Amino acid sequence: MAATGNPNPNKATADTASDPTIQQKSVSLWQDAMYRLSRNPVAMISLVILVIIILMAIIGPYMLPYNYYSNDLMNTNKAPSAEHWFGTDNLGRDMWVRTWMGARISLIVGFSAALIDLVIGIIYGAVMGYKGGRVDEVMNKISEILYSIPYLLIVILLLVVMEPGLPTIIFALAVTGWVTMSWIVRGEIMQLKNRDFILAARSMGASGSRQLFKHLLPNALGPIIVTVTLSVPSAIFSEAFLSFLGLGVQAPVSSLGSMINDALQGWNLYPWRMWFPAGLICLTMLAFNLLGDGLRDALDPKLRK
Amino acid sequence: MKKKSWLVLMTLVLAFSTLLAACGSGSESGTGTSGQAGEGTASQDLRINMSAEPPTFDPAQAKDSQTNTALKLMYEGLTRMGADGNPAPGVAEKWDVSEDGLKYTFHLRDNATWNNGEPVTAEDFAYAWEHVLSPDTAPASEYAYQLYYLKNGEAFNTGKIKDFSQVGVKVVDEKTLEVTLENPAPYWLGLTSFYTYYPVNKKNVEANDKWAAKADTMVTNGPFTLTTWTTGQQLAWTKNDKYWDKDNIKLNTITASLVNSGATEYSSYQSGQLDYAGAPTGEIPTDQIPAAKQQFPDQFQAKGIASTYYYEFNNKEKPFNNAKIRKAFAMSINRQAIVDNVTLGGQIPAFGFVPPGIKGQTDEYRTEHKDSYFKEDAAQAKTLLAEGMKEEGYTTLPPITLIYNSSEAHQKIALAIADMWKSNLGVDVKTENQEWSVFLNNRQSGNFQVARAGWTADYNDPMTFMDMWVTGGGNNNAGYANPAYDKLIADAKATQDAAKRMDDMSKAEKMLIEDDMTVMPIYYYTSISLVKPNLKGIVVDFSGAIDFSKAYFE
Amino acid sequence: MVRYIAGKFLFMLVSLFILVSLTFFLMKVIPGDPFMSERAVQPQIKARLMAQYGLDQPIPVQYVRYLGNVVQGDLGISMKYQNQDVTGRIAQTFKPSLQIGIFAIIISIIVGIVLGLIAALYHRKLIDHVAMTLAIIGIAVPSFVLATLIQYLFALKLGWFNVMGFSKPSDFVLPVAALAVQPIAFIARLTRSSMLEVLNSEYIKTAKAKGLNGFTIMTRHVVRNGILPVVTYVGPMTANVITGSVVIEQIFGIGGIGKVFVESITNRDYTMIMGVTIFYGVILMLARFITDILYVLIDPRIKLSGRKGA
Repeated sequence: MAATGNPNPNKATADTASDPTIQQKSVSLWQDAMYRLSRNPVAMISLVILVIIILMAIIGPYMLPYNYYSNDLMNTNKAPSAEHWFGTDNLGRDMWVRTWMGARISLIVGFSAALIDLVIGIIYGAVMGYKGGRVDEVMNKISEILYSIPYLLIVILLLVVMEPGLPTIIFALAVTGWVTMSWIVRGEIMQLKNRDFILAARSMGASGSRQLFKHLLPNALGPIIVTVTLSVPSAIFSEAFLSFLGLGVQAPVSSLGSMINDALQGWNLYPWRMWFPAGLICLTMLAFNLLGDGLRDALDPKLRK
Repeated sequence: MKKKSWLVLMTLVLAFSTLLAACGSGSESGTGTSGQAGEGTASQDLRINMSAEPPTFDPAQAKDSQTNTALKLMYEGLTRMGADGNPAPGVAEKWDVSEDGLKYTFHLRDNATWNNGEPVTAEDFAYAWEHVLSPDTAPASEYAYQLYYLKNGEAFNTGKIKDFSQVGVKVVDEKTLEVTLENPAPYWLGLTSFYTYYPVNKKNVEANDKWAAKADTMVTNGPFTLTTWTTGQQLAWTKNDKYWDKDNIKLNTITASLVNSGATEYSSYQSGQLDYAGAPTGEIPTDQIPAAKQQFPDQFQAKGIASTYYYEFNNKEKPFNNAKIRKAFAMSINRQAIVDNVTLGGQIPAFGFVPPGIKGQTDEYRTEHKDSYFKEDAAQAKTLLAEGMKEEGYTTLPPITLIYNSSEAHQKIALAIADMWKSNLGVDVKTENQEWSVFLNNRQSGNFQVARAGWTADYNDPMTFMDMWVTGGGNNNAGYANPAYDKLIADAKATQDAAKRMDDMSKAEKMLIEDDMTVMPIYYYTSISLVKPNLKGIVVDFSGAIDFSKAYFE
Repeated sequence: MVRYIAGKFLFMLVSLFILVSLTFFLMKVIPGDPFMSERAVQPQIKARLMAQYGLDQPIPVQYVRYLGNVVQGDLGISMKYQNQDVTGRIAQTFKPSLQIGIFAIIISIIVGIVLGLIAALYHRKLIDHVAMTLAIIGIAVPSFVLATLIQYLFALKLGWFNVMGFSKPSDFVLPVAALAVQPIAFIARLTRSSMLEVLNSEYIKTAKAKGLNGFTIMTRHVVRNGILPVVTYVGPMTANVITGSVVIEQIFGIGGIGKVFVESITNRDYTMIMGVTIFYGVILMLARFITDILYVLIDPRIKLSGRKGA
């Protein structure tokens, strides 16, 4: 175990001398990771489920001859049937079409917000953690202050200032969302940066950014991936929370969260209106998290068997 | 190694589970005691829910329906709104009205006292009203205009007159109050039951200007006294034994939870935690209404109230500056389908602006003057739209946005109507929900094309719905400006001839809806509630305001 | 250490000042005012109200005045709830949120760490999968769905608890459970991943090689190091949980500070918004502050840089 579990650091320090070796190594690292991922059944099933959900979010709404906004007031709250596979809602709109449209919106919100969080959070957090000292202190305070500004005020303001719609929601979610990510990254980097391999890299004259991107971040990848797998659902849920307060996506466009929220009032009477979107949101989260776990295990060099 | 880690784990688990058990037992012991209370309401204790905490208990500051419900328990005005919709004697035992309808002399009953035992005097009323009208009152009373009926009331409030003795309120003696009105107003007597006209205890208010901020510093004269006030959580009232009519008050306590969720309120009612649920203090979720009707046929109540739900067109801006376009929009929706399938509460489709339940000359106004101002007709609507567009020089309509404030119910209606406009008129209308204050700000500053609105009667007369549309009126958000309309309203206000008054107002309404379609009426409200079968004596007046004070359990 | 703490504290004051300033101006930019209602307030009365609450002044003047009052410890009176002072309302509505929050945190830390530890020690065994699936389900269900479901099941159908209210000990159970589920899941996952990392690290292997017994390794090294990310998370989480969840408070009918804060924003109750923001800011910063101290105590390597930083 000790031999195969050879920690990355030693290799990396040795590699700093010549670039080609590094590229080779990192390619093989990824290939290695992908290979290990492919042998993890839970992760692979999750991946397949996610792909299916994404595909359905793209084609699902066109599988029935309805759209997500047209009402049919003579057929409100109908249980699932051959005509309406998922039933209809309280305006007689087809739930199948709306559920997949909702999934589309939720996925867009989740992925976009998580991506923005990731980019800003990693850069900011890495700089904080790596520089340390006064820079860290000041940057950390700034993120703390941003984090403490009442979120709702920002959202309401953005909705007033910007056109209400999807981009505004995503922007509003990202404005404060990246802070958590930056803290996680900071914590990791702070832990890692005094490890021997980094000290070695530093002593060999590796530049700051090189240390950061070649050595520190790859080693912090595990927790970062875990955080990303959490920040997708958290963005989806934040949007749902905004819907709960009436500040979510604009009807008739709906997200899974806003559909669940609409359905909750009468869920015991019309359970299909809640269970389909709720089930889908849970499935998405489940798949996402399990895939994230798999990725984490596969990517973490220290866990190699 | 495996064994060791297993041991370590066990130790940790044990340690934690001990802790967990310690915490768990705390909550476990709680569970045992639940379920017992909450049941068995043979006693005269009423449990209701209010969806918001009343912002004040000072009648001068009151302005919303939750405060109205609370203050009806705690105070009593000169009159009290009876179950039949007519003002019944309250603190005033009887009153005389002068020939010209301008002077009222109220005789206060001798046994009317404050809950501290002091008598309620004419001075208390005069002081309360001065307090409402005085420009020096801080914070200023937003409902001061309710007292503009008093002679010089408005002049005093706006600071044109400095001397309150010139206002039409005179304390003749301790138990006699003489009121002079600016103009005769047949409905004014009913207003004396309204909270802005309630008395306050002069001594108490003068001694402590924050008297209404705590339950124990309030002195009130109504059937109940506020005894518990837990911020954001609960209010409780106890029967006031000093109330003059205490023999007719059967409830011992009234407890109000302050929960802002219709779903929770409805579940609580089902579970027996509430004796009353729904409007006006709370809400039954729309989705639950059909089931509630079936499940509790003897408890479900849908009572028509004098309120109108409508959409306002911005008459000042294109494209809704054109009456034909406005008419086309108003004629192309199916109101019956909306009340049957969307709002579900037995509301009545509205084709006029004044709702049923408002008094006319002898009968209800709506019975005397039918609201047949227009008909729904998609084909004619299309023709009108084409004509209107031609008049305005449009080949296609500009983008249209309908705004409403965030709420499940408003959203459903907006979506249904936008869909009807699309299928019946071929017009794409964007619906946009806005946060409450943003919405109000936009609507009141004319920054909208079509906006949701609702209007509830202030007093039992068509005028409360009609005079808001005069040019430049404070609530005339539609920007309606029609000199002929203004004249009719002015005439109706000036005349003493009841028949001409009603006639002027019905002409004005015809102008407002049939000729100009300033606003698009949608439906007349109903007040939907669930009342435990053995709970009787609750009074809901014409405007939907609720009075729990005479309620009792059988 | 004293200098470190003093420095942190000073920073806290400065950031609080910035937070107050940012929120103040942000709040003033948003349309609306505290005296809006369905029926328009007459212009002269609105003007009078604005003057009485000092809102007729230019915003910088209002800002300076407000800061002056805050420095003297006066958060003012609510603009919506007549003559109610902000401090009193915060204190009263914070109580239920704090009580529920503390229970939820204690439960989630204990359950979360235990779950995470079990999963890490039995990595890739059945028990790991079960624990993690539980944790993931906790994350996968939106809190308003979970709260509604347990309310329906345990309160309405089974009748074990009250649907709403906050007067009996049993009223705690459902809101605490609903509130704790997500933190449990987060903590369990963080614990697991960070424990795994530590368990596989060189120094643990070295320690094992040196023949230290399992218990010493666990307590001295594994838990101590593996707990760091959890500490990072628990700090802000604590602040979040005790400052109230609008969703939970609304569904279970609890008059907590989360609900009050959202209401104050809707009402444009300026003094109340600022009061709660300051209060939230202080709690959050205290939580971070304590987190930092804990960090120093747990991870000896950070002490050095921390000192330099202060």
